[in-house]
Amino acid sequence: MEEKLALFKNRKRFGIEKNIDIIFKNTALVLSSFVAIILLGIVLVVFFQSFESFSRYGLKFLVTSDWNPVKDEYGAFTAIYGTLITSFLSLLITIPLGVGTAIFITEDFVPKVFREIIGSFVELLAAIPSVVLGLWAIFVIEPFFRAFFVFLHNFFGWFPLFSTEPTGRNSLLAILILVVMLLPIVTSIARDSLNQVPKKLRNASYGIGASRWKTIFSVILPAALSGIMAGVLLALGRAMGETMAVTMIIGNSNAFSWSLLSPGYTISSMLANQFGEADGSQVSSLFYAAFVLMILSLVVNIFAQWLVKKFSLKY
Amino acid sequence: MNSLFYQKNSSRNIGDKVFTSLSLICVVIAILPLIFLVTYILIKGGAQITPELFTLEPNPPGDDLDAGGINPALIGTLIITTIASIIAIPVGVGGGIYLAEYSKGGPFSRFIRFGVNVLAGVPSIIAGVFIYALIVSTKILFGSMYSGLAGGMALSILMLPTVIKTTDEGLKLVPNELRYASLGVGASMYTTILKITLPSAFRSIATGVVLGIARAAGETAPLIFTALFSYYYITGFGDLFYEMGSLAVLIYNFALEPYDAQNKLAWAASFILVLSILSVNIFSRILAAFTEKTKRV
Repeated sequence: MEEKLALFKNRKRFGIEKNIDIIFKNTALVLSSFVAIILLGIVLVVFFQSFESFSRYGLKFLVTSDWNPVKDEYGAFTAIYGTLITSFLSLLITIPLGVGTAIFITEDFVPKVFREIIGSFVELLAAIPSVVLGLWAIFVIEPFFRAFFVFLHNFFGWFPLFSTEPTGRNSLLAILILVVMLLPIVTSIARDSLNQVPKKLRNASYGIGASRWKTIFSVILPAALSGIMAGVLLALGRAMGETMAVTMIIGNSNAFSWSLLSPGYTISSMLANQFGEADGSQVSSLFYAAFVLMILSLVVNIFAQWLVKKFSLKY
Repeated sequence: MNSLFYQKNSSRNIGDKVFTSLSLICVVIAILPLIFLVTYILIKGGAQITPELFTLEPNPPGDDLDAGGINPALIGTLIITTIASIIAIPVGVGGGIYLAEYSKGGPFSRFIRFGVNVLAGVPSIIAGVFIYALIVSTKILFGSMYSGLAGGMALSILMLPTVIKTTDEGLKLVPNELRYASLGVGASMYTTILKITLPSAFRSIATGVVLGIARAAGETAPLIFTALFSYYYITGFGDLFYEMGSLAVLIYNFALEPYDAQNKLAWAASFILVLSILSVNIFSRILAAFTEKTKRV
């Protein structure tokens, strides 16, 4: 870059060309700063719109679960609980599945052609719009799992998470559909970080007599751990913000329940459901909820980026 | 002596087999949803495809046996994605050019790159909320509230990070020798970028941008309270300022209707949406693999 600029200094150009060059550079500069402007704009707009609700309910908004537009009482605890529980539980299921798939793709169990096909299949899954997954969940997944949910309730009803009679649409279905959406993210990032582990490490481990899976668990996975963690965090951010499929299948009820078998709410599904028809202080409360969601996903995303930078492989 | 031979029943070999089969099971579970989903959509949605589907308006939900077609939603998706591309591509490519060609890795460019990653992680519904507050509720666009234009803007926010990233990375892959050669024969910086570096990175940038557009076409959350939905044909330029339907919102609305006819329409719309998104994805994958091969030779 420096040499390039040094080249310019000693040359004479026509005035117009010089000016075009300067204009071009500055236009690109302005366009690139749009990202910062939009990001800042989003944070500021959502914050100021939620100000009314924020000053009225304060932090109580986060821990109460009344949502009553008639009496003008708002609390988003149900939605916040729903957001956290669906995203964490879906992640808990996705991590072993995604990492297992990534290991299968990066090891040489089957010829490379098949592994590449499997890899692109999983990535194609990421291209399916979430609204289509929601449609599929309503008409195919829900009837398919109905008997299983009844079984869960009958045998594990003593456990708070399964303590209610299963309803047609519930939080557990939302978790299942989130697993399908998160799998491609976790798999592809885990695969990339496993691929980056240098071959030397594997050879050294085999050389001292470790078996394949001993090598994977003790050498390869620890070496790739930071990358996998970052992928998991990105998936967490995605899960918290995921709207359509969850809205269509979670049942959308603001009545709080610990149970996963009863209808629930997430912040994003609450926004999708109520924003169109809301007015007055309900709008402000919805903005408040949106602000909470934004902060949650920003924190997760920034932490993921920090993790990548801090612990990226140094081989 | 025995230890020199492979022992089928030793604990480490059995353990290895167990874990290998476990990972195979993971793969099967990971792939099954895509296979089931795509076959189901092909069968269920494909059965609904008729010529009228592409030409008629959808009928308002009710006891009517005939649901009509999805023409307005199809055209609406095309228009809204086009608006989003018109906004996001110039801004994104310009920003990417700055990051890759001009910036020297200082705090500003590091901040912008960080911002691009953060913006990519912003939940899509927040983009809708933002545009609602900025444009829909203020009626800033000539007094219109919900409009196709607002929907396009919301989608452009989601496309922007993808476009910047692919431009930035595509340009970084262009070898520096090309730049030196161009600058060496006396070309100015902008001529170098427009005539040398951008064209040689064109294919990778175009692939990324097309994938970004395909992804935006399926987004629903930013549209449900910016573009809303419309049952009526799009007849002229003025319709940009009114509610506009889209395939994604049509699927959302009609999936939740209790009537079978509307549900079928939702399946048909999914068929069209998924088929076009998947074919764009597969096509660009094949193209990328093909160009990689020719480059090596």
